[in-house]
Amino acid sequence: MTISAERPTEVAASVAPPASKTPWTQRPGWMSQHLGTAMVAALLGYLLGHWFGNYVSANYPYIANSGQNNIANTLGLTGMVLGWLLGIGALNYPLAKLVGKDAPAESEVEGWSKYFRYSTNHKVVGLQYVVGVILFMFTGGLLAMAIRTELLNPTTHVFGPGTYAEIVSEHGTVMMMMATSIIVGPLGNYLVPLMIGSRRMAFPRIEAFSFWVFVAGYMVIFSALPYGGFTTGWTGYAPLQTQNGPGMISYLLGFAVIGLGMMAAGFNIAVTIINYRAPGMTWSRVPIFVWSMLATASLLTLATPVLFSAGLFGLLDKTVQTAFYVGEHGGSSYLWENLFWFFGHPEVYIMALPGFGIAAELLPVFTRKPLFAYKVAASGMIGVALLSFFVWQHHLFQSGINPDMRPLFMLTTEMISLPTGFIYLVGLGTMYRAKIRWELPMLFVMALFFNFLIGGVTGVFLSDVPVNVTVHGGFFVLSHFHYTIMGGLLFAFMAGLYYWLPKMTGRMMNKSIGKVHFWMMFVFFNLTFFPMFIIGLLGQPRRVFTYASNLQGLNDFASISAFLLGTSFLVFAWNLVYSLWINPVKAPANPWDSLGLEWQTASPVPAHNFDRIPVILTDPYHYSEPGAPALADFGGGAGASTSAASTESNPA
Amino acid sequence: MAKNNSNYGSDLRKILWIWAVISIIVDVLFWFLVGPHMAPGRLTETAKNDQMDLNILMICALPVIVGVWTYWGWSLTHWGAKQNGPEPIGGPAARSNLKVQTWWIASSSVLVLALAIFGTLALIMDHGSGGGEGPNPVWMPDGPVTQVETAALNGTATWSPGKILPVQVIGQQWKFTYRYPTFGGFETQQLILPANTTIVFNVTSLDVIHSFWAYQLGVKADANPGVNDVAFTETKGTGNFEVRCSELCGIWHGAMYNSGAVVSQSTFQQWATSTQAATAANTALLPKFAWTYTPDANGAAGGYYPDGNLTPYSSVQVYGAKQS
Repeated sequence: MTISAERPTEVAASVAPPASKTPWTQRPGWMSQHLGTAMVAALLGYLLGHWFGNYVSANYPYIANSGQNNIANTLGLTGMVLGWLLGIGALNYPLAKLVGKDAPAESEVEGWSKYFRYSTNHKVVGLQYVVGVILFMFTGGLLAMAIRTELLNPTTHVFGPGTYAEIVSEHGTVMMMMATSIIVGPLGNYLVPLMIGSRRMAFPRIEAFSFWVFVAGYMVIFSALPYGGFTTGWTGYAPLQTQNGPGMISYLLGFAVIGLGMMAAGFNIAVTIINYRAPGMTWSRVPIFVWSMLATASLLTLATPVLFSAGLFGLLDKTVQTAFYVGEHGGSSYLWENLFWFFGHPEVYIMALPGFGIAAELLPVFTRKPLFAYKVAASGMIGVALLSFFVWQHHLFQSGINPDMRPLFMLTTEMISLPTGFIYLVGLGTMYRAKIRWELPMLFVMALFFNFLIGGVTGVFLSDVPVNVTVHGGFFVLSHFHYTIMGGLLFAFMAGLYYWLPKMTGRMMNKSIGKVHFWMMFVFFNLTFFPMFIIGLLGQPRRVFTYASNLQGLNDFASISAFLLGTSFLVFAWNLVYSLWINPVKAPANPWDSLGLEWQTASPVPAHNFDRIPVILTDPYHYSEPGAPALADFGGGAGASTSAASTESNPA
Repeated sequence: MAKNNSNYGSDLRKILWIWAVISIIVDVLFWFLVGPHMAPGRLTETAKNDQMDLNILMICALPVIVGVWTYWGWSLTHWGAKQNGPEPIGGPAARSNLKVQTWWIASSSVLVLALAIFGTLALIMDHGSGGGEGPNPVWMPDGPVTQVETAALNGTATWSPGKILPVQVIGQQWKFTYRYPTFGGFETQQLILPANTTIVFNVTSLDVIHSFWAYQLGVKADANPGVNDVAFTETKGTGNFEVRCSELCGIWHGAMYNSGAVVSQSTFQQWATSTQAATAANTALLPKFAWTYTPDANGAAGGYYPDGNLTPYSSVQVYGAKQS
């Protein structure tokens, strides 16, 4: 029996003190805290921090008489983040508790403006994240277009070499930051409570904090551009890091700030899954998407602190002249490489596991069959999560560190393809002799399997040390990780959006526009990145603005495909605008005939998700099974909402 | 339901047959048509072995890809909702299949372990496969490598055809230079190597991390400041090769490349001897040959700290003294 059954129905109201006058958080409209106050406070925070930094360290300008120094910039950006959090209301509770007072309750404004506030409702946070990650994705995508424009010609340059290096670095960093949250943030926060039969997340304030600090991270990393950018790529290797100008502060602080959000989100989701499952939801009945969220959340919680500390070490090097990464003063550039990749490899699975979760969750719905080898899938996800901490040195095979460890890291890296391969066992098994409905989400899931296969197999190439000599640091590895992250995670995100947006917004996404979007994205994704394997094998290193003239044909092909791939995202954006606002079509209560618990609450989802906490009776994969038990007892007795279990599998 | 359950595995058997046939065809075609042209070519023994490893991995990978795609193709043509296939079945039979799961896990484990063992053997037998092994390499080619390296450091090494040739690669923003300790430690921007010779690359950097990627030689080793990253290769015939930096090292990273050549042993000796004589005046200004060099405050990477004494980088400035 889990805790949820004893939870009181009222969640937030009980903490509100009997106020003599309306606290500011409860004031209506623009008079309380919202995005606007956050922006004003962020600006003030930046100015204050910057002034203070200059005040305490006026003797350390990096350009004579510029009034700029690293301490002022660091404190300015830190002030901006603090001001942002203060302005949006994230600090109301901790500050009130610090001085021993009861905190005012969070705003309970209804209507559209709640999306611009510090909301502790997981459904609001989920939708906020949808907008947040799309914002991240589109800005990162624009930078990718710039990269491909530069690579149209090996010798004629659109950008200067400095600008190009900044664009490449910013693209990589922004996309990595986005990808850590692209599914955990929007779909994890929105769906986990609904899927496990909970009324809320374990820590609603921490959840809201994770989103707003994520946005603050976006501002910090983009502040690199006005500061002159940084040229280290997303990996930020020292000593180039140490050598870099003020833009590096934004990178280091940006990762630390985003890291705070990742830790908060991961911690919150893991605790929620462990403690807030509805009665009867045993571990063998947990939806597979929730398993993937648990594995991802564990990685976020355990791996991110390393990145956070590594970023802080770098900030200390840049500001107060420590020498963590400075070889001449006793530090080591290898320290950064190891810390970064000790985070960086689990990070890779933070970006892969949610995609597997969505694929495995959606397959039974569209094949009308139970999930094949459920336990293998769940153990595979946990296995990947565990093993991912033991493979990081494969990023450093050519770096000159301990060569005798290479066979071990080759073995662990190749072993991680075993639990990863389980997802293919699950996928193939579930599809076996099915009646597949080729709906939009299913198309995206199939594309994920197609792309990730190429991404995964090329990963084995990279893990083989002799082959790594040829492919490390070239376009081959670039193509490999775009196939896993974009080909896997991003396609899964799209599958998830097309699948769950009807639940989240109450509106169906347009199928015709969606099909154009899918085919453009799938075809041009492959036409963009597959040639890059060949480009890499032919010897083009990553992050270069000049290349051998005989590679121009392939590069131009990839560039033009990339522009069309970029266009497919405009089609997606148009579909969002068209389906949600221009021509909204009301979604049926269960448009895909899913047995999942999230589809069995009312639509739109009531504030507390379930009028009565359901008692879970079985797992949600009893497709095509006449006489299957009902999923849950919602209070009306077992069998109240089981109609989908044995009904016709083909509604079309 | 009984109709469905009878011969439930028939589709799987058909898929497996199609898979086996296509896999064999694809593998054979790859091996004979593509394999000989795969990266990084066959200029050196190392490159030849790296190419062989890559091809064997491809031979293993292609059937995996073909397998999943065959299954996909079958599902597209047989298991769509619009096709008149049998109704899907639920229940325990569709939820798991011990035989299939066991086969899957066993075969993928065997494949993975075999690849790991193969990769390890290839790595060891090919002396690190041309990858940077750091200052203390564990897999060395036959011959007195250690003695040659020690002699190189002491300035007593000489080279004649047939002997091991140590070469130092120095990365700096944004070029590679090469020092030949067996020829008085002269420094040049041309990487010329003798054919049929074991080469020991000692790769280091003066500023940030670079990566020495001699594509056709099958060599890649990071150039770390303060670190001697050792990589080996064995040249065979003569030919040209490209050197590129494959680790982002700042704004001109994209322009950090040059080309080199493997020439006959006598041509090499002639070139090295004449270059040694021609550059003797410059060599006298260079620091004594060492595995690593610490840049001084005025050097290429000098002035990390804004100490008020920044001077512009000077191309004639010596780049420092031997690290103690």
